[in-house]
Amino acid sequence: MEENKTPEINPEEKKVVQAPSKPAKSLDWKAIFGKMLHSQMLIPVVAMLALLIFNLVNDPSFFAIKYGPNSVGDNVFTGNLITIFDKGAELAILAIGMTLVTAACGGQDISVGATIAIAGSAILRVVRGSEISPDTLQNPLILGFLVGCLAVIACGAFNGILVAYFKIQPMVATLILFTAGRSIAAWINQNQLPNIKDPTFGYYGGFIPGVPIATPIIISIICFIVIALVLRFTTLGLYAQSVGINEQSSRLNGINPTLIKFITFVILGICVAVCGLIKVSRISTINYSSVAKDIEMDAILAVALGGNALGGGKFSIKASVLGAYVIQLLTTTLYTKKVNSAAISAYKAIVVIILVVISAPVVRELFAKLKVKLSKKMARAGKKVA
Amino acid sequence: MKNSKALSAVKDKVQKMSDTSLLLTITIVVFVLMYLGAIIFEGEGFLKAQTFLDILNNNSALLIVSCGMSLVMITGGIDISVGGVVALTSMSCAVVLDLKNGSIFEAILVALFIGLAFGVVQGYLVAYLGIQPFIVTLAGMFFARGMTTIVHAKPFNVVHEGLNKLKDSRIVIPGLGYTNKHGKYIDAKIEIGVVVALVVVFVMFILLRWTKKGRHFYAVGGNRQSALMLGVNVKRTVFLSHVVCGLLAGIAGFVFFLHVGSGSPSHAQGMEMNAIASSIIGGTMLTGGVGNIIGTLFGVLSLCTIQNIVASAGLDDAWWIGITIAAMLCLFLVIQSVVMKVRKKMTKS
Amino acid sequence: MRNKIVLEMKNIYKTFGTVKALQGVEFRLAEGEIHALMGENGAGKSTLIKVLTGVYSKDEGDVILNGKAVSIHSPQDAQKVGISTVYQEITLCPNLSVAENMYIGREKGVWQKWGSMNAGATKILESLQIPASASQQLGTCSIAVQQMVAIARAVDMECKVLILDEPTSSLDEQEVAKLFKLMRELKERGVGIIFVTHFLEQVYEVCDMITVLRDGKYVGEYEIADLPRIKLVSTMLGKDLDDLSDIKSDAKEYICGEAPKVLEAFDLVSDAGIKPFDFYIKKGEVNGFTGLLGSGRSECVRSIFGADRVLGGKVLRDGKPVKIKAPIDAMKAGIAYLPEDRKNDGIVGDLSVRDNIVLALQVLRGYFRPISKEEAYKFADEYIKLLEIKTASADTPIKSLSGGNQQKVILARWLLTHPEYLILDEPTRGIDVGTKIEIQKLVLKLAGEGMAVTFISSETDEMLRTCSRLVVMRDRKVVGELTGGDLTQSKIMETIAGGGVEDGRE
Repeated sequence: MEENKTPEINPEEKKVVQAPSKPAKSLDWKAIFGKMLHSQMLIPVVAMLALLIFNLVNDPSFFAIKYGPNSVGDNVFTGNLITIFDKGAELAILAIGMTLVTAACGGQDISVGATIAIAGSAILRVVRGSEISPDTLQNPLILGFLVGCLAVIACGAFNGILVAYFKIQPMVATLILFTAGRSIAAWINQNQLPNIKDPTFGYYGGFIPGVPIATPIIISIICFIVIALVLRFTTLGLYAQSVGINEQSSRLNGINPTLIKFITFVILGICVAVCGLIKVSRISTINYSSVAKDIEMDAILAVALGGNALGGGKFSIKASVLGAYVIQLLTTTLYTKKVNSAAISAYKAIVVIILVVISAPVVRELFAKLKVKLSKKMARAGKKVA
Repeated sequence: MKNSKALSAVKDKVQKMSDTSLLLTITIVVFVLMYLGAIIFEGEGFLKAQTFLDILNNNSALLIVSCGMSLVMITGGIDISVGGVVALTSMSCAVVLDLKNGSIFEAILVALFIGLAFGVVQGYLVAYLGIQPFIVTLAGMFFARGMTTIVHAKPFNVVHEGLNKLKDSRIVIPGLGYTNKHGKYIDAKIEIGVVVALVVVFVMFILLRWTKKGRHFYAVGGNRQSALMLGVNVKRTVFLSHVVCGLLAGIAGFVFFLHVGSGSPSHAQGMEMNAIASSIIGGTMLTGGVGNIIGTLFGVLSLCTIQNIVASAGLDDAWWIGITIAAMLCLFLVIQSVVMKVRKKMTKS
Repeated sequence: MRNKIVLEMKNIYKTFGTVKALQGVEFRLAEGEIHALMGENGAGKSTLIKVLTGVYSKDEGDVILNGKAVSIHSPQDAQKVGISTVYQEITLCPNLSVAENMYIGREKGVWQKWGSMNAGATKILESLQIPASASQQLGTCSIAVQQMVAIARAVDMECKVLILDEPTSSLDEQEVAKLFKLMRELKERGVGIIFVTHFLEQVYEVCDMITVLRDGKYVGEYEIADLPRIKLVSTMLGKDLDDLSDIKSDAKEYICGEAPKVLEAFDLVSDAGIKPFDFYIKKGEVNGFTGLLGSGRSECVRSIFGADRVLGGKVLRDGKPVKIKAPIDAMKAGIAYLPEDRKNDGIVGDLSVRDNIVLALQVLRGYFRPISKEEAYKFADEYIKLLEIKTASADTPIKSLSGGNQQKVILARWLLTHPEYLILDEPTRGIDVGTKIEIQKLVLKLAGEGMAVTFISSETDEMLRTCSRLVVMRDRKVVGELTGGDLTQSKIMETIAGGGVEDGRE
């Protein structure tokens, strides 16, 4: 996770302190609050605010954003907040595809980490040409990306066929590529470690000269826009939900469930290809067994934190993406607290458990009952006073 | 005429067979075919009993974990924390024995406690708070892996007299040995862990097959709502499945430790997925309600045999093992899916 | 004369959120009595049953069993005190054996004794003549057999109170007869039976007493002789009934004209196991498929709609050949299909009423022309008003509506596509009398406007009221067609049973 740090310090640093946002109108405050309370966004928003407040109280410099030259001398933005959006880009992009697959298939794809390795490996294989460590790109990157895309879309199609046609549960079906994926990735480059020295190759995981914002952030924003447009101008969202909730009745309404499931896996495949590009671009090489390790677990976590039912059905990509950034915010916070990188997962687990317990229906009911009791008591007390 | 009569009798029998026994049959048949294939194409090595016993020696922890996994899967859940728990227990045992100079007994207690604690907490969250098992045990996995490095960050070998004794003790199985090139008779031996694993398999089999509580796990996995209406305590059953799975992960952690004699944060990496794969190959369905411990035993054996075959075929690259396991998993899944589809059609008409 | 009261429920209250499901409901059941619990959908029958069996906990009120107040918090508690239940939806585990399903959850001891269990189960199965073996996996039995197994389980429980919650909806007539015989036997033994059903004939066939609920309130308890059928219906509805026999008259004459054939099928056959059949329907005609349950009625219309895999045959739409391979093809050809199994084939449970209404139209428009929110609201509000769908708002998830209102939403979904041929497969199953009549009226109105309609119902009098032509089926084969003067109950029965009718025709 800590690849590609830019530790440059600049004398003319700027401090940006986030102003707490206030509700626009105090009139329908109660309605907004009530809507919020039942919204899917509640948990990720609350979690994010809690973490931000923790950082604010603990160390306000967490929010510092600097502007200055990086290791290659370009003027860029740096700081923890930027890091979150930079390092969290892959996770957020994956969360998009994972949410769709979850919604339509009622299960998760656990092979994404392995298929990112495949995508990365395929991209490297194309751009390195016949040499192992060329100084310049042997083939255009776009070709590499397309081949990588094709490779993981094929993987997505494989998963999709098993899930949609053979009706195997997604988790089980993707277990196959989970086991084989990294082996296939290694096989693509005959287990060698290519190293691309061409600086343009590093643009996609680092900075494009002249642009002060890290490229993964830009890529992730493009992905969000694209998926927002897709959901706005096609009926994919409705169909995916419908198939996820009741496949039989969707079919009788003229939807082709097999095709919808297949499409969601292909979309996830494209997300994976983009992640693969960012990953290999970040370090200009690849480590087959550790690249994007456990990212599938984080992606599923993001979907769950976003309040989406893992059993399929209604979904919110916004909430999932927010969930992904919550995870990244947590990770970054822990890094700044000098927590050992291997031990971070333990803290992550505690936060996750707290969040899911709070959002559990049983616990919510308990809260509601408590609230009623409290208000009754208050009312009684009020009467006594009167 | 006679032939077709026999055929229809078989058809009838298959039709009335439970899903569990049907899938078990497939698993055993494929395993036997695979082992025969190994003997024919890979030669004498596989004919030796010791080769077979070594599969057990090296994978007793996986076998124990898989039994727990099967139980949870039969109940309709999943537990992906088991690999982490195995790593945590073996690391804790290592610390207790080496750095704290404790006794073997203390180490066992620690192992059981850790396993049980994970089982109870996860079981409570899943069963009584209704949180999805995948998320709960995913957090459990993160927690266990993180705790392992917090307990001790670097891998290390344990120096402990009692442990070495226990670690090196073998049980001789009479009659299965062989005579080597120099004409010396070599006994077939198994480790203590194998005995533990086989006891676990036996106990779990009895639990699931011959006790009323055991059948409740199937009922809950088959249809949770119905099970509730039939008077099964669904929440307690789900809770118990996680508790038993956690406990078995703890036991497996100790057995694993006994086999390797060291603690390391990278121990048992990916064991949860191997356990799931073994259960699936053994005919347990992730949808719940279908599965069998004997199947799981054969699932583990199949999985490990294929690794042996790959290794002895000279494809020593670690990469090949991943690909072959995946191919086998794929094969099994497709066979299961097709068989169930055909069967459904048969009952319909 | 009533026997000793075995079960008494007093002043039961139950609220879900803001919905008052039960308000001061009373119920009394005597030993050896078959007691019908009647009411429209949403009247609170199911809620009362679920309170009694411990699935829901009541807010207020007492349950008194054999003179002692009992508190029931779970189905196990109910079983322990001697209340056993057979639900409309089968609540058994398909992955366990028949015998296990009969005994699980109600036996003490640690060990599972397969031998004695199978022997016991075999004995019961034989005595009830249920065609299943004890060791067979339940999922491999037909639905009807599964339902019988559920009843066998309840019967064997040595219960004092047996609740049958619409057990007959998936049984055919012979099976129903068998069930009634069983109920009478239990009655002799002194078991009190609570019987919930939508079939009025069945009530008058077996029951002694009737308790009527309406809108979650207790209306009254009547002896069967004091409450003739027409009065029962008006008590349930709380208003006098429209004259049922009258609704057809105005629509009937339209059909006589020389209307063009909207759809024609030759040798149509699907993989659901029906024999190839020919079929046609004219503009403005209402026809029906009749036959016993499992005779292939639904399979026929499903093959027209492409819901099952079509294996062969030719379909003409307005005289032009069309290929219907999947539901989408049929929809494009202007055919709509309201399926029999509302829960599994009809509703998309978690989606809102609005999304459920526009779903089919949306599919027809295609992937790249999504219906805007405003438009969807407009459609939804229009049909909610038109069909008088009772829902809190268009955003309410459909699964929280009552059965009848869910059915109306599905109907709205198809009407919105403005089909030229509408297939209704059991649109009135499991919904209350008032809505049934509304739907029948609507069918005739639509036909009057020129829509071709196929109407299937298990209740013959409904079919007689609405259809002008009946296709009769037996053993997955079309065996006859009845029109005009032949449309009588006895003629239909004769044809279904396979009398001389069809032979005489040839």
